[in-house]
Amino acid sequence: MPFACIYIPNFPVAAALRAEPELQASAVAIFEGKPPLEKIIAVNEKAGALGIAPGMSKAQGELCSELALRQRSPLQEASAHAALLDCAQSFSPCVEDSACDTVLLDLAGMESLLGSIPEIARAIFERAATFGLRANIATALNPDAALLAARGFSGVTVIPSGKEAEHLGPLLVSVLFAEQLDADEKEAAGNLLETLERWGIRNLRAMAALPAIALSERLGQRGLYLQQLARGGTLRTLVPVEVPLIFEEAVELEQPVVLLEPLAFLLNRLLEQVCARLASRALATQELCLTLELSNLTGIDDDYENIGIPSESDGSSNTNEKLDAPLLSAFARSGKFLSNAEEKSFYPHRQNKFVRKLSLPLPMLDAKVFLKLLQLDLNAHPPGAPIMKIHLSAEPARPRSAQGGLFLPPAPEPEKLELTLARIAGIVGENRVGALELLDTHHPEGFRMRRFVAEVARKIPQKQTPDASEAQAAITALRRYRPPLGVKVFLENGQPSRLNCPRKKEVQGEVLWKAGPWRSSGDWWERDAWSHDEWDLAVRNGEAISFYRLVHDLLGGGWFIEGTYD
Amino acid sequence: MSSVVVPTSAALGRPFLFDAESEVEECLLAAEPKKPARHASSSESVIASVSQSKIGHRQSAIPLTPASHLAVRPAPEMVTSGIAELDALTGGLPRGCLTEIYGTGSSGHTSVMLAAMAAATRRGEYCSLIDASDTLDPQSVAVSGTDLDRLLWVRCHDDAPRKSQIVEKSSARIPTARELGFPSSALDFEKKKARESEHRLEQVLRVADLLLESGGFGLIVLDLADLPPQAARRIPLTTWFRFRRAVEHKPTMLLVLEQQPLAGSCSSLVLRLQPNSQFSALGTQYSVLSSNRNFNATSSDSPASHTQLLTGLEINVEMVRSRLERKPAQSVMFETQAAWAG
Repeated sequence: MPFACIYIPNFPVAAALRAEPELQASAVAIFEGKPPLEKIIAVNEKAGALGIAPGMSKAQGELCSELALRQRSPLQEASAHAALLDCAQSFSPCVEDSACDTVLLDLAGMESLLGSIPEIARAIFERAATFGLRANIATALNPDAALLAARGFSGVTVIPSGKEAEHLGPLLVSVLFAEQLDADEKEAAGNLLETLERWGIRNLRAMAALPAIALSERLGQRGLYLQQLARGGTLRTLVPVEVPLIFEEAVELEQPVVLLEPLAFLLNRLLEQVCARLASRALATQELCLTLELSNLTGIDDDYENIGIPSESDGSSNTNEKLDAPLLSAFARSGKFLSNAEEKSFYPHRQNKFVRKLSLPLPMLDAKVFLKLLQLDLNAHPPGAPIMKIHLSAEPARPRSAQGGLFLPPAPEPEKLELTLARIAGIVGENRVGALELLDTHHPEGFRMRRFVAEVARKIPQKQTPDASEAQAAITALRRYRPPLGVKVFLENGQPSRLNCPRKKEVQGEVLWKAGPWRSSGDWWERDAWSHDEWDLAVRNGEAISFYRLVHDLLGGGWFIEGTYD
Repeated sequence: MSSVVVPTSAALGRPFLFDAESEVEECLLAAEPKKPARHASSSESVIASVSQSKIGHRQSAIPLTPASHLAVRPAPEMVTSGIAELDALTGGLPRGCLTEIYGTGSSGHTSVMLAAMAAATRRGEYCSLIDASDTLDPQSVAVSGTDLDRLLWVRCHDDAPRKSQIVEKSSARIPTARELGFPSSALDFEKKKARESEHRLEQVLRVADLLLESGGFGLIVLDLADLPPQAARRIPLTTWFRFRRAVEHKPTMLLVLEQQPLAGSCSSLVLRLQPNSQFSALGTQYSVLSSNRNFNATSSDSPASHTQLLTGLEINVEMVRSRLERKPAQSVMFETQAAWAG
């Protein structure tokens, strides 16, 4: 049974580069810790060539102008790990989540579906690249040998059956220990490596050649286990993990984003990642949730009353007596704006969240369409403040399936239609485009607008096929005035005899014929109760005769033209 | 200097070159120049023969298609408008074409629009209505038989949507009325109405462009019937031409309701609607469909209003122009039925 291992070397750096691919060609170092004791924990090759090494302080790293320093982001690492699991899940249903930077797959039975083992390994490598991860892929007959090979060899490695010891021999003993260990495990591993170093054991071949009894006497069962690993002879089954269907991507920004264009650029990147992960799991999405963390540099804080940071233009030097932190008062006295980093550390609770949900009528998977919809939505509902962090999540859904046909009536494409409706909503307003839905009421305006969804085109049953003989009689339609036109009505014996509408010159003249009144009322138990008398009139204005619906509001007392029969 | 005269078929008294291939070949054969005379200089004869051979080569390289073989533009597919009388007059509404229906108030164009939408949704197609004045009555739509799930209603209005508050992408901004020299109190009602009409018209044209580009709709209706004609006339002819080209060779019908014809030669079918009401200048003799059918009365003995009921209208439809079929202008009359008439 072949197994494959996907290993991401230098995982914190890889997660940061996944969020900022433009830094691939730069020297990058990741730091963490509380200021001013931040330390560099990971560097890429280029940073290493500049003499930057893990353990250095951030201040030392800042001395190097070519170095791009990034704070460690658990959010980005979680996204990268989730992408790694999605990549593995797209090749095998049996996936073991060994570490944040390592996953193991069981490839049993996959050859008939995906090709030979080298082809599968190559495909995994390319799939990981599309997710923004530069991974080492290794395959072997046992999972531990694949894991060691992935840690030791870069690129794609395929270990033939029975050749595990031979292929693993040249690797350094440090590959026996994972890169991301907690403090205790790191100390134990360090001690073991030091011991092996003193013995002159530098590679796995030498480790495998040690006498077993002597090794067990000095290092115990752990030493024997490590020797088995070095020989590539361990056998175990994977502990599969249920990969959760969570598709989220996030990015934290060094500088706040103010304009729409750079925000769109970042959103595009996140959307491509999310769509790629959904596609690898053969899923689509029907809801996108965009959460923007905003920075609020001015204004009154809810928790601290009467706190205000004077602006640069404000020459006031008044200090607030209620300020507790001495540093805060110093900034307030100087009248200086806080920088974003200072703002974050002093007022972490001040960052507001701006959430937009994009509900789609049908499951879709098109990053460009999603980006355009989000842009149109943000244009219509701007966040109103600079953006510090972007978090995007997609609710997974089964992709829609449609049976096409040659003789189906034309129907709009769902993706195109959604974009078009979003653009139209930006022109006329959100509640002014959609489908009609009549409400169960006799109110004249008893309807509401709802979302317009173009279902998959279906063939009309034979009996519904139109025929000339089936043409129905035309309905006398009413054209409504919104709002109704106020008119001055001249009455004769309590009935309208003449109209005069100041707002519309065409609506005036002698009443030639009338029908009514028809009383209509409703919602008397509500605040917006209505009650009116309706008349149908034929009015002559010069040569023309028009037909109107005249309404007498019994509650308000006014006369209105509700519409024209046309 | 010798010259070559290539006789044309007209000069030879033959039928025109594009009539038949065989006649073309005869012309070409007749056009072969004679051999140069013996006494002409050798260089001149070479020039003559080279020029003649070039002409002959050029003629044979031009693909000649007789006029009778040229492809005829296919006639557009006609679909029912939902009104039998109208279908008998025009053959239905054409797909891939611009159709104009114009008339004054109470001329019946809204009824025709609803009938067309009902027929389209019965066929399983999607319709969209760009309502410039937001005048659609939902009850009338439901009664007409239109499938409400297949109707996209775009309601244009005067209030502009809220502008973006993210820091502006460019430094351009809309100047205020005061900056333009218009004191806010100086805008009288007519000017305000004109600006509102322009704003609505702008919305209509932008939305129409989007829907035509999106495609997939069987019927798109532009309802400009309540826009003042002077505002609607400001739509440039190039816009109508663009709309026509957008629906050409597509199964979409573009229907425009208006008070006056606007699209000029861009429309393939133009219908004029007017109510069939007749009255006398001396009295109030009139004819409407009411509960008392064919009721004619003078003002002196008009019946009580509570006994009257509007049951429908009689509409005259005149086909003003049709590019689809060369027919003389004709008109028909049809009746509409009120929803409560039964």
